[in-house]
Amino acid sequence: MTEKKKDEKEIPKEPSMIRQKELISGYYDELATAKEDGKKVVYTFVPGNLAELLAAFDVLPVLPEINALQSGMRKRSRDYIATAEKSGHSEDVCTYVKCDLGMMEQGIGPTGKPIPEPDMLLLSYTGCFTFMKWFELLKERFPKAEVAMLHVPYQGDGEITKEMRDYTVKQLETEIVPKLEKLTGKKLDRDRLKELLVRSAEAEEDLVWTWEAAKHRPSPIDGYFGGVFYIGPIFTAFRGTQEGVDYYRLLRQEVQARIDAHEGPITPRGQLNDQKFRIVVEGPPNWTSFRDFWSMFADEGAVCVASTYTRVGGLYDQGFRHDPDDIMGTMADYCLGCYTNLNLPQRTKLIAKYCEEYEADGFIAHSVKSCNSFSAGQLLMLREVEKMTGVPGGFIESDLVDPRYFSAANIKNRLESYFQMLAQRKTGGGAKSMEAVL
Amino acid sequence: MEKGHTMRTPEQIAEQCEQIALDDHLGEVTKWREETGGHAAGHLPVYTPREVIDAAGMLPVGVVGSGEMEIIRGDAYFQSYICHLPRSVVEMGLTGRLDSLDAMIFPATCDVIRNLSGMWKLLFPEKLVHYLDVPHNHDPEVGGVFYAGELRRLAKDLSKISGVEVTDDALRTAIEKRNESRRLMRKLFDLRSDSPEKVPTSELYVLMRAGFQMPQDAHDALVKEYYEAALASSRPEFDNARVVVIGSFCEQPPIGLIRTLEKAGCYIVDDDLLLGAHFILDDLELEGDPFTTLAKSWFDHARSMPSRFVPDEVKGEYLVQLTKKRQAEGVIFAAPSFCDPALLEQPMLQDALERAGIAHTSFKYAENNGQFHPILEQAGTFTDSIKLWSEAS
Amino acid sequence: MSDACYVGIDLGSTTTKAVVLDDECRVLGRGITNSRSNYDLACEIAQTEAFVDAQMSRLRQSFESDDVLASHAKVLGASVGRSFRYRQHTRQLDTLERECLRLAHGNADLEAAIERMMVAMREDAERLFSGLAAPSESEFFRDIAGSLFQRLAEQESSPKTLPYESIVGVFDRAILVVENEPDDLSFEGNAKAALTRSLERYAKADDQVRDAAIRQIDDLLNRPFQTACSVGTGYGRARLPFPKAQIRSEILCHGLGAHIMYPGTRTVLDIGGQDTKGIQVDEHGIVTSFQMNDRCAAGCGRYLGYIADEMNLGVHELGPLAQKAKKKVKISSTCTVFAGAELRERLSLGEKREDILAGLHRAIILRAMSILARSGGVEEEFTFTGGVARNQAAVKALRDLIHENYGDRTINISPASIYMGALGAAHFAKREAEEILAASSAATEESAEVRA
Repeated sequence: MTEKKKDEKEIPKEPSMIRQKELISGYYDELATAKEDGKKVVYTFVPGNLAELLAAFDVLPVLPEINALQSGMRKRSRDYIATAEKSGHSEDVCTYVKCDLGMMEQGIGPTGKPIPEPDMLLLSYTGCFTFMKWFELLKERFPKAEVAMLHVPYQGDGEITKEMRDYTVKQLETEIVPKLEKLTGKKLDRDRLKELLVRSAEAEEDLVWTWEAAKHRPSPIDGYFGGVFYIGPIFTAFRGTQEGVDYYRLLRQEVQARIDAHEGPITPRGQLNDQKFRIVVEGPPNWTSFRDFWSMFADEGAVCVASTYTRVGGLYDQGFRHDPDDIMGTMADYCLGCYTNLNLPQRTKLIAKYCEEYEADGFIAHSVKSCNSFSAGQLLMLREVEKMTGVPGGFIESDLVDPRYFSAANIKNRLESYFQMLAQRKTGGGAKSMEAVL
Repeated sequence: MEKGHTMRTPEQIAEQCEQIALDDHLGEVTKWREETGGHAAGHLPVYTPREVIDAAGMLPVGVVGSGEMEIIRGDAYFQSYICHLPRSVVEMGLTGRLDSLDAMIFPATCDVIRNLSGMWKLLFPEKLVHYLDVPHNHDPEVGGVFYAGELRRLAKDLSKISGVEVTDDALRTAIEKRNESRRLMRKLFDLRSDSPEKVPTSELYVLMRAGFQMPQDAHDALVKEYYEAALASSRPEFDNARVVVIGSFCEQPPIGLIRTLEKAGCYIVDDDLLLGAHFILDDLELEGDPFTTLAKSWFDHARSMPSRFVPDEVKGEYLVQLTKKRQAEGVIFAAPSFCDPALLEQPMLQDALERAGIAHTSFKYAENNGQFHPILEQAGTFTDSIKLWSEAS
Repeated sequence: MSDACYVGIDLGSTTTKAVVLDDECRVLGRGITNSRSNYDLACEIAQTEAFVDAQMSRLRQSFESDDVLASHAKVLGASVGRSFRYRQHTRQLDTLERECLRLAHGNADLEAAIERMMVAMREDAERLFSGLAAPSESEFFRDIAGSLFQRLAEQESSPKTLPYESIVGVFDRAILVVENEPDDLSFEGNAKAALTRSLERYAKADDQVRDAAIRQIDDLLNRPFQTACSVGTGYGRARLPFPKAQIRSEILCHGLGAHIMYPGTRTVLDIGGQDTKGIQVDEHGIVTSFQMNDRCAAGCGRYLGYIADEMNLGVHELGPLAQKAKKKVKISSTCTVFAGAELRERLSLGEKREDILAGLHRAIILRAMSILARSGGVEEEFTFTGGVARNQAAVKALRDLIHENYGDRTINISPASIYMGALGAAHFAKREAEEILAASSAATEESAEVRA
């Protein structure tokens, strides 16, 4: 164990990862002093978040899911979840919610610094019913906070209709903007919002380029485990900011350098140049054993070339860009188009498309106990993707931030079996060729 | 009731209802189709305005799962941490038990039912699958307009199958008839509250549930018949505890569970079993645009429940008022296992009850639960304790 | 005949199995032992057992082809086998006695009781390996010795002076030492002594027979098997000291093993102690898809263990009792946590044990059917393996459900199916060795070319 730890320390971090970490910790620092600095704080969710609008009002967003996942990565979530369960929450329900409520009860954020109380709960209700219950529970805790609901209709029939878009735009105009104006005491500066949206689109361009770099062999990025670092800034507080633009420029240069050098991404097991399997992943990662989980892929020479989780904050690679010329419409389109707001046939088609475009050898569904929005129906999607593409599917289960649901031996066993099956299918079962791929 | 006929007892009516209600082959629906040649539309929990289906000339059929079946295919598609209802619904679909339904409507209840709509599209591409969104914005000009549009879209979809256009007049008539059905049911609920010994919930439940698989007129007649029979019945009154049972009922508890609560000394004086069947609390107006009327009913005439967002709602206030109105001595929470909406709502409701000084207890169940002994013990202890408590005070 | 062989080891959660193949992929021998806390040892013992099995069959063959021994081969061959088992058994009894006495030291009553019990156990060993005793339910020393020890302890115990628990407690601790202390149970170490014992008891053994038999044994001892390659699989495979290329998943090994035993196999169901697997294979035994039970062990072999405990029965008694069922009882929970409660409630409602048990078996198989459906259904032919495949009530429930859901399917079940994973692993070992050979000869050719 101690040896392994030493190894981990020696693995170099990519400059973009270091920059990403700085951005995130700077953000938490800013939160810690928000009240002293006289800033208004708005809690909101990642999918369909209105980062530019909040920035235009100079309010600080707090993203409870990010707090929960950060708590998971920093091994604090077990304690938080226990706190929430002690106060009456069922073992059955979403552990993001419990982690967040437990954290609130203990009064400190994932970095050990306080998280400011909300002045407003902006419920961007996109692709997850549990969000609604989550904010109702927060409202009980913070009764003085104003609640603003942005109900984003679901793409039940696999399309965004005019009615859905109109409804969303109307809510922005009649509910969200007025409440933010009331909260901050100032009118929305539409020109400023426009500028922010211009910067969003610029960063989005570089992010898509980065995602699609995984089409190279070897893939210069890991589009799932590495991907969650890449999406961090744009999914949270940094969309529309210059820091966001600069981060994605830096990332792009870094990835380009690896393409030129025929190098793979840096993983917890070092640089993965010898890539035996190209995998598409569906579902969010586990955060409590993130590095171990990633290592289980890296150990087998598996690189994730695309993932759906990295699309929860926007399907930019399917053409969406924030459009500064239609500020309300573009925010509505953004919310309506998030991955979790797609219906199952759309999700299935998208995964099949990724399998083909990224020339995947396999497709793995990581099913998390906490997230029914992702998980309900995944087993059917798995079969459908196999039917559509012939790419064999694998299935593993754990949870987002509840370490009780991450059984390392179990997951490792399934992954090993799965990768061996892929190897056997590639080679027809001969031992030598197995050796070559193993 | 014609003269010369012997009046049926409530037990006899309930027995007939139970057969209809718990038949996972939807025998009553198949029979109706054969007799009338009509079309039927299934709707998942929690709530779908059945008036739209009525007006499209179709039979609305509540698809609420089944705890009686052996599940193979359903389990193949759902992980162990997902509630039981979608398993039995998928099993019913894949074993042909839902063949009598020409359409399936999936209302916006939770992520599981939402995703089930997509699964249905993949599994049954030849069937009409309709996802019905509900409004979480309560501004009539915003959420109201959107939801009325959703209902129009539903009407249009159904009309394609039945060939019957949903006119404003037809929809108004449907609302009027449903008003009448709701009135009958409310009367029965009031009778239960006044004389719970006359209307055991295990009977009321199957009566209500039979209505999910029957034409409205036939069911209304049954409700009337049951009401008269129950009113005339002379059942002994016990010193039971008056309780409200709350489960945000989407997935239905096994009938054995309701009987267990009764056996444990509970008079269930109100509940949200089969929530969708009594989700709308009042008569809906008949003037004006009927789609708008239905849309507005979501804001103004609906029960509080976890899948319905109400701005500035004081959580639990509805339950406290209901408990007082029914003079109940306590509340029993029976939530389906792994139900995020119900289980996340529950602590807020419990807080409200505590503030109001109302006793409560809770347990979880699944529709296929086979063991009631622990529930009998728990509910028995609860009723004993609230009896003691009320005597002491 | 080459003595090169290929070994497959399946390190399961309950038992460890080994299979030895020859150059022609024929099964030379099989060995099984209960997996103990010491996986390395379990693995070594299973291999030793497989080699003993292999050598014993070679011995019988050589007896048969020997002019002098041919007419004695059948009786003498079987006798040597029993003598060998007897010898292994008594060696373990020695260790057991030593440990029991050590633990009982200072308690005169207990010591005396144990000494008496050990005498009885040795006598029973004579009977056990006499060829006249009915085969015991288990072949493991722990089980055979344990059940006799318990019976004897009941006789020896007295509630006041020598409680039953204190005697049995000694066994429970001593057996751990017996199982975990390396002891020579090999063919090489025990064959001659076994032969001597058999010859002493064989009336027709004249000098000529004696000499011939000893010659054959010596001959065998002079050509031990050469393990060309080993491959490991099973729940504990990560613990095996093998390079990665010599480890295969259970999925792959069960798929291939099923294909070897029944080449028409397209779907495999394995219900083991810890997990349930549904596997689809193609016409070459290559896995095309698989699913395992989720993180909860509902419906696995372990579940039956809980039920047996709950009912105060042995696991092997569950199936036969369930087959006596007259009535259908629906059991909804295959959750190990709830199963006990549901069981007690059913019993209190007056349901019969056998009816409940039949319901429980059906419930387990229903879970398995779901996993099969997840993996792609049940194709023709269907092979059922794992510990639960030995339970007739489970097999019946499976046959019924397959028929109800998939119609007519050939269902392959073999008593040897417990070795299926090890068999698959042994075949992988053979392939692995071939590849290594091919690679090295290619390298030789290449270097020859370079030289030329």
